[in-house]
Amino acid sequence: MKGIIGKKVGMTQIFSEDGQAIPVTVIQAGPCYVTQIRTEEKDGYAAVQLGFEELPPKRNGSSRLTKPKRGHLKRGNLDLPDLRYLREFRVKEVDVEEGQRLTADVFETGDRIDVIGTSKGRGFAGTVKRHNFNRQKKTHGQSDRERAPGSIGSTSTPGRVLKGTRMAGRMGGERVTVQNLEVVVVDADKNLLAVRGSVPGSKGGILLIKESRKNRRER
Amino acid sequence: MTDLMKALEAPERDFPELHPGDTVRVHVRIVEGNRERIQVFNGVVIRLRRGGNEANFTVRRIASHGIGVERTFLLRSPRIEKIEVLRHAKVRRAQLYYMRERRGKSARLKERRV
Repeated sequence: MKGIIGKKVGMTQIFSEDGQAIPVTVIQAGPCYVTQIRTEEKDGYAAVQLGFEELPPKRNGSSRLTKPKRGHLKRGNLDLPDLRYLREFRVKEVDVEEGQRLTADVFETGDRIDVIGTSKGRGFAGTVKRHNFNRQKKTHGQSDRERAPGSIGSTSTPGRVLKGTRMAGRMGGERVTVQNLEVVVVDADKNLLAVRGSVPGSKGGILLIKESRKNRRER
Repeated sequence: MTDLMKALEAPERDFPELHPGDTVRVHVRIVEGNRERIQVFNGVVIRLRRGGNEANFTVRRIASHGIGVERTFLLRSPRIEKIEVLRHAKVRRAQLYYMRERRGKSARLKERRV
């Protein structure tokens, strides 16, 4: 299965063999555990549920998870450590089994991947930042109109503002997918994955890393 | 977590320590098609920036017709073959941007012998 959960560590640049500087995002990828397998017959869809980030017990020895979550990880002959995040990956074919441990080496250098994260929240943002509107004139008798949106519609016909008109509002903090990124470094011992280019969200944000939709085969 | 960033850091190169104001010769490897040659850039270090793989320095030289040329090099780039320090200078700031406004005699720096 080509998918893993990770955490954004930060960006840097590394040098390729011919001396090119490559901008990369460093991701702490895995280790993940297969916590459940969803099947067409039982759940109506096929998916693999992965768990990420082992949680150490509290100082008094008790678990940090709620009892239902712990019960989910320790059922039948499944005995997994406490995991903070559980996420599902839709798959066509299931080639893993419950309890299996996945590390960064499910990917290899040169693979194309999609990375899903939560973008940085920008709060209540104006139209210039949120929809790339142009700024208005600073001079020529203008006052207080520099970042105003301008007209939002006509007069009595239709006499209302059309639905979907782009205006100011909450921006960011939403699920964003970046497609077709290149894997540059894989180090399963260090749980390290370095990906060319940038990835949504702040440092420490949770990322879902999947095989690319667009470019499944390597060129 | 920051250890993962450290893991990707290129090894520190065995260059002499650079300071702003130093006159240096930078030997850069240039790839043209499948031929490789070394180009030398001669000038004064006007800026040094630290920061692991991103560490860089800017060298300013006066080319023909008195036109200033600045070039920024990545300190850990494998394309840099060699750096020679020819001369140290007495300077009082870390960034020598004022050199951009100087021409001729006023663009000189006083030598510091060590």
